[in-house]
Amino acid sequence: MSLVTPISRKPLSFVIPTVGGLGALIGLFIGTSFGSGLVGVVGGAVALMLLALIYITVLRNEKMARWINRLGMAALGFLYGGASGLVLGLFAGQITIWFIYWLYEGRYRQSLLPYLTSGQVLWHYTFRVICGAIFIFLITPILVVMPLSFNAQDFFTFTPEMLRLDPDGYSLKHYMDFLGLREDSNGEWLRSFSNSLLIAPIATILSVTLGTLAAIGLSQSHVPAKRAIMAILISPMIVPLIISATGMFFFYSSMGNWMEDTLGLNKNFVGYVKVVLAHAVLGIPFVIITVTATLVGFDRSLTRAAANMGADPVTTFFRVQMPLILPGVISGGLFAFITSFDEVVVVMFIGSASQKTLPWQMFLGLREQISPTILAVATILVALSIALLVTLEMLRRRSERLRGMSPS
Amino acid sequence: MKFTKTLLATTALTVAAGAALAQDMTIVSWGGAYSKSQLKAYHEPYSAKTGVNIINDDSSAEAVAKLRAMNEAGNITWDVVDVVASDAIRLCDEGLALEIDPATQLAPAPDGTSAADDFGDLLVSSCFIPQIVYSTTFGYRTDLVGDTPPSDVCAVFDLETYPGKRSLEKRPINNMEWALLCDGVAKSDVYDVLATDEGQNQALAKLDTIKDSVVWWSAGADTPQLLADGEVIMGSTYNGRLFSVIEEQKQPVAMLWDAQVFDLDGWIIPAGLSEERKQRALDYIYFATDTQRLADQAKYISYGPARASSAPLVGKHADLGIEMAPHMPTDPNNAKNTFLYNYEFWADYRDDIDAKFQAWLAQ
Repeated sequence: MSLVTPISRKPLSFVIPTVGGLGALIGLFIGTSFGSGLVGVVGGAVALMLLALIYITVLRNEKMARWINRLGMAALGFLYGGASGLVLGLFAGQITIWFIYWLYEGRYRQSLLPYLTSGQVLWHYTFRVICGAIFIFLITPILVVMPLSFNAQDFFTFTPEMLRLDPDGYSLKHYMDFLGLREDSNGEWLRSFSNSLLIAPIATILSVTLGTLAAIGLSQSHVPAKRAIMAILISPMIVPLIISATGMFFFYSSMGNWMEDTLGLNKNFVGYVKVVLAHAVLGIPFVIITVTATLVGFDRSLTRAAANMGADPVTTFFRVQMPLILPGVISGGLFAFITSFDEVVVVMFIGSASQKTLPWQMFLGLREQISPTILAVATILVALSIALLVTLEMLRRRSERLRGMSPS
Repeated sequence: MKFTKTLLATTALTVAAGAALAQDMTIVSWGGAYSKSQLKAYHEPYSAKTGVNIINDDSSAEAVAKLRAMNEAGNITWDVVDVVASDAIRLCDEGLALEIDPATQLAPAPDGTSAADDFGDLLVSSCFIPQIVYSTTFGYRTDLVGDTPPSDVCAVFDLETYPGKRSLEKRPINNMEWALLCDGVAKSDVYDVLATDEGQNQALAKLDTIKDSVVWWSAGADTPQLLADGEVIMGSTYNGRLFSVIEEQKQPVAMLWDAQVFDLDGWIIPAGLSEERKQRALDYIYFATDTQRLADQAKYISYGPARASSAPLVGKHADLGIEMAPHMPTDPNNAKNTFLYNYEFWADYRDDIDAKFQAWLAQ
């Protein structure tokens, strides 16, 4: 039930300048894209103030004003920018007319407590605008990539055809390149993708196993020097990656030499072992942190009860403790997986060309040819990451629900 | 138990497969269209002939650093490395590259001319086997330069006739030479002038006149992207990249060959390979740098073959079917006014001028 505060019309001396501010903001964007921001700011402010004045004092009919504004701006947008201009114009028209009447009729106070001062009302909305700006700031770079990945050209450019929403400006060819279905694609993308899909799960299994064991060990009360051990175990997360990578390069080179020369293992196989181990090391801190956090809410009397009924520690772990901390283990595993899947520095040091992973291939593609295939891959990866994060969030909720029901 | 058995079986299989895969060879190059041209012209015929499996590693950009690290770690994973001539000279000086005897280890030309004579002056280091001649030159947007397209490199410094942004490489090499040339220094005096403090300041002062209009690039792919975007009206990059923008991507861009700077790119073999791998690498080099193979590469990319005897064999582009000779930097029409990258000068002065240039950039 939303609050309904009685509202009243506001004086023009307040409405018109505020509307001018919005006009200046919109004008800034339009003006900049046409070459002069300053002209845009002044022009936008003046134009919107005049419009507001006409709608309020001359037209005096809100419904009509709404339609005139929407259609007028849409037509203007279409004149300058074709189909996409039409959409933008419609959008701008809707926003501006809504804003004008929202202010003029005083609707902005409608859902707020009646006794708020104007300062408090201003802050209420400023706060929301700031939050929205942060959200836009975070998400825009990711969104920009997506339409570009359907570019029909081989450059990172919004072509005129794309801006006109012309179907010829779009194509799936970069996705085809990624899948190796184009004549001139060399299968490198798929090969590196399958390398990533091979390395990341094995590294994840290793870090989940080791990290969970470490977290359980560190949560026992009798372990000495707990803090020091914890600090060492999570250090790969804190030490700059490039430093770890340099150290790992020399460490794993000698280890690789030994495995090849003394054990007589295949060079390629040793290469994969090195990369998997290195990625497991990077993933362990995430598992330790999430599992330790889950263990805080774990009721120790359950293990004692299990022991009391004759279960040995291993059975207790798998049948009692593990099911309860599973959400923490899985979310740690997801972080470890993404760490390995996104990692480019360490693999470039340690891996050789046969272990090329997807991020490595993207790095090369960006440096050597700036091909939009990278954008196609990025779009696929974003979709994948969203799926993973959604899973994570669902697990977290499940864990909270379980903890709420547990008798502690 | 069952799991242990499976694991053992897998390990045994992997080891056995390792023996079968012993004929692997890792070749390091630059990636992109350039690696593709090598794949078509060298790797595929070589694999077909010998059965050796070639793995591509696109790490040439950090070849010097990586070879140093590999050498220190005693684990050299590369067999043949494609580097620019200046890197080859450094690697050779540090003992990280194998010395090559052109008389016995490289193929003679079909008419019997020895490899040493066929490559001629391009054998700039005893470890370096030249492969291509490329040039760093300018391309411009034909639709953004007005009615008089530039024909002279000094158009880059002419903001009045050609207003707009231009892209230059973020290093002093080439830019300093072009600046002096356009500040009235005769071509033959450029390096004498550049060796003095006043000369270096003169070049920087000339660059200063356009500094506000310059977009600095560091990867060869930057300028093509900027030109395609129309973000710059002209920019320097490698001629093969511009060929691709113009002929393959059909962008409204044209070449400005004036005062192009020639440089060499070629192979080195890392020092410290096992005898077996060394012999295989040498065999590959003998095959890949013969007259016909070098001419074949020009079918896929517009870089000039390093052997004199290859030039007459350059044919048409494999996909586009256009004659490649007019697109070579070495074509007489394009090479009216050229520079050859001065290895000795830059070896002596690079650190000094680099420091000055970076300080100027930061001002």
